[in-house]
Parts: sequence; C-alpha cells; structure tokens
Amino acid sequence: MQAFKNFTGTVAPLDRANVDTDQIIPKQFLKAVVRTGLGKGLFFDWRRNPDGSDNKDFVINKPRYQGASILVARTNFGCGSSREHAVWALEDHGFRAVIAPQFADIFHNNSLKNGFLPITLKPDEVEHIFRATGDYESYRLTIDLEEQTVSDDFGWTAHFEIEPFQKKCLLEGLDDIALTLAHDEKIVAYEKAHPLPHRFE
Amino acid sequence: MAPKTLFEKIWETHIVHEKRHEPSLLYIDLHLVHEVTSPQAFEGLRHSGRKVRAPHRTFATQDHNVPTTDRSKPITDPDSKLQVETLRRNCAEFNVKLYDLGSRDQGIIHVIGPQLGLTQPGMTIVCGDSHTATHGAFAALAFGIGTSEVEHVLATQCLWEERPQTFEIRIDGKLGAGISAKDLILGIIGRIKTDGATGHVIEYRGSAIEALSMEERMTVCNMSIEAGARAGMVAADKTTVDYLRGRRYVPTGKDFDQLAERWLQCRSDEGAKFDRSVVYDGPSFAPQVTWGTNPAMVTDVGGRVPNPAEIGDNQQRDTVERALAYMALRPGTKIEDIKIDRVFIGSCTNSRISDLKAAAEVVKGRHVAGTVHAMVVPGSQEVKLEAETLGLDKIFLEAGFEWRESGCSMCLAMNPDVLLPGERCASTSNRNFEGRQGKGGRTHLVSPAMAAAAAIAGHFVDVREFATR
Ligand code: SF4
Repeated sequence: MQAFKNFTGTVAPLDRANVDTDQIIPKQFLKAVVRTGLGKGLFFDWRRNPDGSDNKDFVINKPRYQGASILVARTNFGCGSSREHAVWALEDHGFRAVIAPQFADIFHNNSLKNGFLPITLKPDEVEHIFRATGDYESYRLTIDLEEQTVSDDFGWTAHFEIEPFQKKCLLEGLDDIALTLAHDEKIVAYEKAHPLPHRFE
Repeated sequence: MAPKTLFEKIWETHIVHEKRHEPSLLYIDLHLVHEVTSPQAFEGLRHSGRKVRAPHRTFATQDHNVPTTDRSKPITDPDSKLQVETLRRNCAEFNVKLYDLGSRDQGIIHVIGPQLGLTQPGMTIVCGDSHTATHGAFAALAFGIGTSEVEHVLATQCLWEERPQTFEIRIDGKLGAGISAKDLILGIIGRIKTDGATGHVIEYRGSAIEALSMEERMTVCNMSIEAGARAGMVAADKTTVDYLRGRRYVPTGKDFDQLAERWLQCRSDEGAKFDRSVVYDGPSFAPQVTWGTNPAMVTDVGGRVPNPAEIGDNQQRDTVERALAYMALRPGTKIEDIKIDRVFIGSCTNSRISDLKAAAEVVKGRHVAGTVHAMVVPGSQEVKLEAETLGLDKIFLEAGFEWRESGCSMCLAMNPDVLLPGERCASTSNRNFEGRQGKGGRTHLVSPAMAAAAAIAGHFVDVREFATR
C-alpha cells in the first residue's frame, strides 16, 4: 500500500444519503480480473443519460468539478455490497478521500486497505462543506492526516477521529499481510491449540 | 464469571493477538470464495510469492456470474467466462477445493456452505460478499469482507478486526399465520433503517426467532447487512443440531454427539449485557413489500406508498421523492394496485427448498398472469434436484414459470438474467437499489409466497387472503 500524504484538493458535493456501492460501481464492471481502469465505471448509471450521452447535470460531470480529489456526501456512504471495486473506481477517477457523517463498515475497511481516506465529520461540519461548495467556484480543502484535520483556505478547520493503528498503517503505507505474518508464531500456536473441525481434511 | 453474549464467546476464543487500542488479530475458521471478489486477491498472492495458508479451510464456487440456462453450452459473455475460468485456475494452482460449475454441489456460496455442513456453530466465517451474515443463523460469527481482506485471509487465515458493538433484537410472541421470515426481516429493517445497526453485530432472539427453522433463520440473518450490521446471529439449539446431523462435513456417531454438546454452548448466557436492545412483538408483522430504492423503504401489503408532501424533514422528503421518481410510483398509491412485469424467485435470501415449497403451494393449479414473465432460480443444484424429486418443477412449469439452473441470477443481474429499463419486478432477493437488477429496472422485495401470489394476480396481493381464495 502507498503511504498517505497530506494534500489539498477541490471538493465535489454529492448531495445524497445512503449512496450504495451498486451506484458507485455497477455490476457490469465487476467482471474485471484486475484492479485498474475502473474509473470509467464510477457512478456509471448516474453519469449517463438513458441514451448513453453524458448527464451534464451530474456533479462529477460538471466542468467546475473536473480534477476534484475529495468527495463529500451524506450519511451511510458506501452501504450495500462489499465490492472493493467501489474504492478502486473512486481512486482511479482521481479521488483520494471521501467526507461523510457516517460510512458503512465494509466500505470503510476497504478504503483504509487502499490508502484511501474515509473521513467522518459531524453533520453540521458536512453541511458547512456542502454550503461552501455552492458558494465558491472551486472550494478546496486540505487534509492533514497527521494532525487529523480538514481545513479550507478561509480559516475553517474540523477535526476527525481515526484509530491510531490505522493512522500509522496509512502514514507508513504498511503492507498488512507482512504485519500479520510478523505474528506467525502466535498463529501457529493458535492452530496447534485449535485443530481443524472434523472432516475438513 | 460475568455472563457473556454469544458474540463475545466467539470473539474471545478466536483472538490470536491483541493489544490495547489496536484492532485484534482474529483467527478465521472458514473462508468461502467466489469468482467476482477473488481474482485480484489471488493475483496479489502470486505477485508477492505467497501461498494459501489453510487450503483445507477454504472452499470456492462460481455463482454470481454464471448462466442459469443450459449448462452444457459454453458461457457466451467473454468477461464472465474469463472470471469463471480464472477461479478454476486459481483453485487448481493454490490447491483450494472448488465446487465447479457443472458439479452437483455448485450453487450460491451462502446456500452451499450450510448445505454441505461447512457452516458450524462457534465458527468465524468470512467471504468476499456482504451476505456472509447468512451463516450467522448457525451461531457463527460470519461477515463480509473486501478483496484486500480476502487476500489477507488467504495468506494468513487471520483478519485485523475492531471489536464491534452488540445489538439484541428480540421478537416476542409468535409471528401471525402466513407471515414469513422475509416479512419479519423486512419489517425489522423498516423499523431500524438501513444504517440502524452500523458498527454492530445483531443477535436475533426471543420466542419468535426460536420457533424459526434453520432456513428461515438464514433468511433473517442474510439481510442483517441491509440494516448496516457487521453480522447477524442466532443462538444454537436443537433445531441447529438437527439440521447439521448427517451433512457431508459433519462427523458421525460419538464424534457428532460430542460436537453437538459443544455447539449447544453457543448461546448468550442468562443476563448477558448487550450494548443496545430493541424488542418487537411477533404479531405486529404483516406481509411486507418495498416501494423504494433501499430495503428500509418498505410497508405492509395493506399499506400505501408514502406521500412526500406529508414529510417535514427536507432531506428525507428529497430522498423519498427521488425514490418514487425512480420507481415511477405516484404518492399514496395502494400497494395492491401496483402492477408487475416480472417475478424473480431466488437469491441467497430465498432460494432454499422451503422457499420453493412456499411459492409452489401458492401457484399450484393456477397460472401466471398473461402480462407477467416469472422465473424460479434454485439456490443450488442440490436444492434444484430436491425440488424436482418433489415435483415442484412441474408445478412451476405448468403455472407458466421458467425453471432455471442455480446461481445468483437476477439478484444482481451480472449474468444474462436482467430487468429491462422500466420493468417492474416482484423479487425475493435482498436489494432494491437503483439498477440492481438491470439499469432502469424497478425492484420490489417480497417473500417467496408474496412473489408467487403477485405472479398469478399480476399485481401485489395479500397472500394470506389469496391462498384461501
Ligand atoms: S444471491 Fe445476490 S446477494 Fe446473494 S450472494 Fe448472490 S448476488 Fe450476493
């Protein structure tokens, strides 16, 4: 996993609650056997009109949000299917973080495994960001993982929580399989003490 | 010793390593694998020169992407074919047991695990699939994971997990006559909403739950994720033990008796504390029909589609308006006045033998409405064969249903079984998200008996009255 670096980016507002992973990346893109190139499927059904042309009204199709690297959405973002393709698609499109008042558990986990930051802020802080994206043409936020802050160019700052262990993994870009295998002795001991269920051989 | 919940018992006995303020390293007893969320995980192993640590705890099948028509013909979609073949190659290379397409044991992963007796009480079970919660019906801690975690489990047989909170959902009394497990779980989700259990493991308890069969408990646990839960579970009892006796991966004779004793300990102690609790009355549940674009947008079959004008909260009103626009429903429409074009009986929620029996009972001697295209997709080859032995296939075929091969099919429409834009479907699956069953398709989630009755009537009807008509 690549280490997470602090960055400043434009914010795209997706003003919907319960955005499920079927919307983030529809099923036809799950047939891939690699992780790359999924950006083309991101929010596919929302980005296209029924005739296949671009839906100009959909937020990430708007010229002002081209190049946005932070997405802000309403509560329960990433609910539904466990497909990690949702995170791969967001990343491939150029997003590096999502801000919402609450995330679904599996999406949250999948994000962290990919160095992609799900930031949980309070509903009024999220509301502030939504309003600011309306007020300013290219509203930017700076994300500082070390300090656990999100701040804008006008002096507004919000603090977010993250598990210290996860923060460390993100900052150092740790390979968590290698991290686990450092505990190999303990795994072997556990396996010795808990033999296989019958008939699994 | 302080009384413990079922969740705590399983969690604590699976900790390999823990440190304060860090996630715990949990041992995984059983890892189920399918073709859609695994290719990148196997590729990762290959890339880093790693092996599958415990191949004998890893079992695979192809279900999401497979055609449900004639299995002797090749798969026509090249991408689907590649995924199916990639799993075959990966299982051969990494020495993982595959219940291959065309074998008698193939089926939806959450149907075949319990059917083979792989799923057992007290286990930790994972799969790269959010409906892994199904296996919690056996007093197991079972949850869905992403592909990076699939790779992690393949390589280490462990997972880093933060300890979730516990949530007791108790259903007292009895369910009314004609009320299915699907109505119960849809009713629960309608009450606690799609994020009502985020960060929690649910334990379903109470007399109404104890009275359910194993297949019904699976239906309930299956949809825990639709309330945002990490997992759902039910305590082990005689029903659990009886279901498992004689299954392929379950021992026999004295070994079985000993194991069954241990399984029966897989329940919360008297007085165990949950982080949250709710209690509902069994008789308060009616047959359910979803009207919107998430499973919590649900109401009684006797009810009406909501009227956004009556909703005070702006954001909630917008959400309902959007959902009604997508579903092409006028505010206040009576559920029973909603006409359907398609019926899908299948998916890991409702494709087991008791589901097919319940549907067959309703359709027997009747015929699907002229405007409706209906299909039954058994959850596994085993279910299909059993149904055929019982003559259920004939009942469905004579009533005008299609009778298909096993797989996920139109639950997520990755294979050719797809709703056309604008088509409206009564479906026994678990998700009514926009486009889930096909771009522009409109899904109403119901029980198998309600789907069957809707197929005959051409619109939703209360199966409790319909069955006796
Ligand atoms: S039947 Fe549907 S929900 Fe179940 S595993 Fe298959 S796609 Fe997922």
